[in-house]
This record gives sequence, structure tokens and C-alpha cells, in this order.
Amino acid sequence: MSVTEIQFQTKGMESAPVQVIEGRSQWQLTWRRLRHDKMAIASIIVILLVCAAALIAPLVATWTGHPPNQPFPNTGTNAFGNPVGPGTHHFLLGTDNLGRDLLVRILYGARISLFVGLLTTAIAAVGGVSIGLVAGYFGGLIDTLLARFVDAVLSFPVIVTALALAAVFGASLQIVIGVIAFFSWAGIARIVRGQTLSLKEKEYIEAARSIGANPWRIMFVDILPNLLGPVLVLATLYIPTAVSFEATLSFLGIGIPLPTASWGNILNVANDYYQVAWWYVVFPAAALLMTTLAFNLLGDGIRDAMDPRTERIFAGSQAKRGRRRRTVSPEIAVAAEGS
Amino acid sequence: MNMLRFMIRRILSGLVVIWVVTSATFFLFFKAVPEAAVARNLAGKAASPAVLQQVAKNLGLNQPILVQYWHFLARLVHGNLGKSYYLQEPVTTVIKQDLPPTVSLVIGGVTLWLIVGLAVGILSATRARSIFDRISTAGVLAGVSAPTFVVGQLLLLIVFLPLSKTGFTWVSQTPASIGSGFGKWSGYFFLGWVTLAVVQAAVYTRLSRGSLLDTLGEDYIRTARSKGLSERRVLYRHALRSALTPVVSQLGVDLGALLGGVIVVEQVFGIQGLGFQTVQSIARGDTPVVLGFVVLATFFVVVANIVVDMLYGVLDPRVRIT
Repeated sequence: MSVTEIQFQTKGMESAPVQVIEGRSQWQLTWRRLRHDKMAIASIIVILLVCAAALIAPLVATWTGHPPNQPFPNTGTNAFGNPVGPGTHHFLLGTDNLGRDLLVRILYGARISLFVGLLTTAIAAVGGVSIGLVAGYFGGLIDTLLARFVDAVLSFPVIVTALALAAVFGASLQIVIGVIAFFSWAGIARIVRGQTLSLKEKEYIEAARSIGANPWRIMFVDILPNLLGPVLVLATLYIPTAVSFEATLSFLGIGIPLPTASWGNILNVANDYYQVAWWYVVFPAAALLMTTLAFNLLGDGIRDAMDPRTERIFAGSQAKRGRRRRTVSPEIAVAAEGS
Repeated sequence: MNMLRFMIRRILSGLVVIWVVTSATFFLFFKAVPEAAVARNLAGKAASPAVLQQVAKNLGLNQPILVQYWHFLARLVHGNLGKSYYLQEPVTTVIKQDLPPTVSLVIGGVTLWLIVGLAVGILSATRARSIFDRISTAGVLAGVSAPTFVVGQLLLLIVFLPLSKTGFTWVSQTPASIGSGFGKWSGYFFLGWVTLAVVQAAVYTRLSRGSLLDTLGEDYIRTARSKGLSERRVLYRHALRSALTPVVSQLGVDLGALLGGVIVVEQVFGIQGLGFQTVQSIARGDTPVVLGFVVLATFFVVVANIVVDMLYGVLDPRVRIT
């Protein structure tokens, strides 16, 4: 029997069954705890509703006969040329400054928000995890360089840079996604690097190294699964950050260009009409707040469900806070920068 | 001695940060705004090619980028930020004109958000799990979720509009400076302060609550209580000082983020400050003004961070400055 065969056999015997049981029970336990968290379930429902709203946007446009970018100057604006209120002439949520159907535009805005939020978070998660893993695992010069780079990205004046980039390339969906993704991965990378630093000293990594596993295998097969929990929580909390980042850029006129509807650019124009058309501000703002709040609540809920030791203020279990702060602070930093 | 060495090192690294950010902005804008566009904007559509060339030459735009960069750095060292392309004034003058509203906004906003954030955080921590704690936790989540501009717009709609309709004029949109009296000044900036405070205080409530809860569980707090000290004294003299360390470090991070917040708030309320000027200058391709803003902003963040680092030592004697 050759050496490789022995390796193969021992590895098969040790890891396969153990992995299966552990993996399932961890996620099952998390789900069981999450299921009893009323706030988390409510936020899942809200998120599903927002997704549904985004999906049925074209259907609603057909039913109402109001395409998102078509103005109705006769029925959609009043004698002074101002928007008309909810319920007038079959405009369920009223109209905007040009007499377009606000409901349809908000539904189309949900598509942009979800698309940008989910895509940038996915890019940031993949980038942040890879860079954090490499920096933490290899250490030394690579780590120093990457860590400095992360510090630099985190200390950049985000909005000013975004303004400058929009001035250079012109406002567009691609620029928005690029800017948000670029400023989001660094926080994830920093957390993943920290976790990798401690995980790589564990005995099972030493065991993997001693049977000759190469660094990439150790990083992505042995270390990565242990990071999925924290990364999932972080990613859930990055989605609302990205959504409000996009809205802020669009509000400043450097995000999604008109006439494409986005909650941010609807609110940008609405800023001039709040005295005559409350619905023009309230409905898009409510959609935006509801979405970001739901993702934040869900992220908090998943974190609590994964770590039974954290304090759960709404569910009511007795525990101390402790570990929570570490995972929270970078998210807050980015959130603050983003807004 | 140790302190001195620390200071020198921090100041040097701060200068490096300022240099890197400024240079990045310089080269970004060099690519962003072609000299021909600047000259044409200034001289008008009908200008002849000779006039355009003369304009570009007067501004020094016909020189190679590295020469321009060198001139820019040389001027910067002397505190000269160059001249605005459009306003026909030195950038320092533009900044001096637009600085007061922004400073008012920042000072009032930071004061309000620290007071609210710390007060609510301390009250929640000392009454953990009470109704007050639950309500404030929910409020914190809403505050963290809300984008700054949405808070500002809702305040305009819910606070400003009804107040102005009922003839209550303290909260106003008439520009005022501290020179025009405290009442007018605070009325003009009030909604801006509240906007900054709502978004930021949430973060500070969460932080101070969590860190105070942790600290209150430590042994030395039990020792202090067992000595028979009053709960007030335990809380404010023993626990609060060390619990404030993470809050102070978060403040260092947020002063950078504040710049973005100020731009948004000035935009929502139409306050003619530095942020407003910067957004306009970017739209006009007025590179010197934008660079001036970036230099000033970065300088501010660097100084704030050095001050924050020194505060650590004061708050928590266990922290050694090295």
C-alpha cells in the first residue's frame, strides 16, 4: 500500500462523517433558534415582500396602464403643475413632479435597490473573504501590505471619492456598484483576517498541514467553513448599508441617472416638493427605511441565533453581550461612512 | 520623552496620509477635467482657439502634469491652495467664506449626538432589560438603518412644515450665523444638528450601553461596591471612565465619516457651506476648490485622530502610549 493511499483512507474515515453531522446540526440549531425570534421572522417576511414587489413591478405597470417612465401631464398633475395625491385618477400612491405613477416607480426602485444591495454585498464578501484569508494565513509581508491597504480604503473620505469618480466617469449603475463594492470589502477582509489568524493556530490545521495539504486547500476547505457563520452575519448587515449607500449617491445626483427610478433619485427630486406633496417624500422614504431596517433586524437575529451566549433583548434570554461588539464595529464604521 | 516620540511619529504618519489622499485626488481630477474643457468653460463658447490657449496658459494648464503637481505641492507647503477657476478668488478665501456654516453644523451636531448617545446608553445599561432599554434598542436599530438624507427629509416634513404653518418661527430656513444672535443661529442649524445626531447617536448608544454593561460585570466594580461606595460614585467615577474607551475610538472613526454626513445635510437643508460648495465645484470641474476641501478635510481627520489617541491615555491609565 502506498503512502498516498493510506492518506486517502485516513482522511476519508476521519473527516467525511464528522463533517456531515456537524454541518447539519449547526445550521439546524441556528434555524431552530431563529424560528422563535419574532423580529427575525417578521423581517424575513418584509424582505420577501420587497422581493415580490420588485418582481411584480412590470405586472403592476401593465395592470395600472402606467409605465414607470411615462408622464401623465393631464391626469397626473394638478392645475399648478404639481403632483396629485394618493387615490386621484387611479394613481394609488399619487404621482411625482412630472405626473408619473409613484407606486410603479417605487416598485421599479425596489429592483435597483435589491440588485445593487445584493450584488455589491456578494462582490464585497467574495473579495473580502479571499483577501482576509490570504493575509491572515500567509502573514508576513503579504499581510502587512494587505492590512495597510485595508486601512487606507477604510480611511478614505467615501462620499468625496464617489463624487470625484462620478465626475470622472459620469453617473451610471456600473460606477455605483463599483464604488460601493470597493468601499465595502475592506471591513469584511479585516474581520476574516482576524478570525483566520486565530483559526490557523488550531490543532486541526496543524493536522491538515502534517498530512501535506497545500495552503489553498487549508484556507478554503479547512478554514473557510468555520468562517461562514460570521461572514453570513456580516453580509446580511452589509446589504442595508449598500442599499442606503446607493440611495445616498442617487440622492446627491451621482448615482442611478434619471429617468431610471431609484429610491434615492426619487427622493432627490421630492426634496423640492415636500411642501406641496407629502406622499412624494413619505412613500419612497418608507420603502427605503423598511427595507434597511428589515435586513438589519435579520442580521442581528442570525447573529443571536448563531451565538446563544449573546444577549437577546427582544427574545428574552439571560446572557452577556461580550462577543457582540467585535463583530459590530466595522459594520457601524461602514454604515456611518456610507450615510 | 515617550510621549514626544509618539507625537512625532503620529504627526509624520498623518502628513503621509494627507499627502497620499491629496495626490490621489489631484491625479484623479487631472484625468477628470481636461484642460480644454476648463478653458472653454471659462472663456465661453465663442472664444477663438488663441483665447483658449491663453486661458489655459494663464492657469498653468498647458504644463506637463508632473510640473503642475510639483507646483501644487510647493504651494501647499506654504499654505497656498491656489486660485479657483471660476470664482476668481484664492481657494483659501473661498474656504474662509464657506467654513462658518459647516463648523456650526459640525460642532452642534457632535455635541448633540454625544450627549444623546451617551445619556441614552448609560440609562439603558443601568436599567438593562427595562421598557426604556427595549424602546431605545429599537430606536437604535432604526437610527442605524436610516440613511442621513431620509432622516433630514422626514424632519423637514414632520417638524419644519407643521411648525412654520402654525407660525412658530424659531426653526427657520433663513441663513443665520452666530453673529446674528444665538436664537436665530440655533434655529437655522437645529434640524441639521438633529439629523446628524439621530443617525450617529444610535451608534454611540449601542457602543456605550454594551461597553458599560461589560465593565459593570468586572471584579473591580464589585470591589468598589463592597467598599460601600454609592452606586453613583461606582458608576461615574469607576465604571464610566474605562467604558468610554471604545466610544472615544469610534469618535475618531466617525469624524472622517462626518464629512460625508455634512455634505448630505447641507444638500438637504440648502445650507451654503463647504460641502455644498464642494458638490458644486465638482460639477463645474473647479479642481483647486475640490483639492482644497480634500486637504482641509483630511487634515481635520488626522488631527482629530491624534487627539483621540492621546485621550485614551487620559481615560484609561492601563493604555500605554508607545
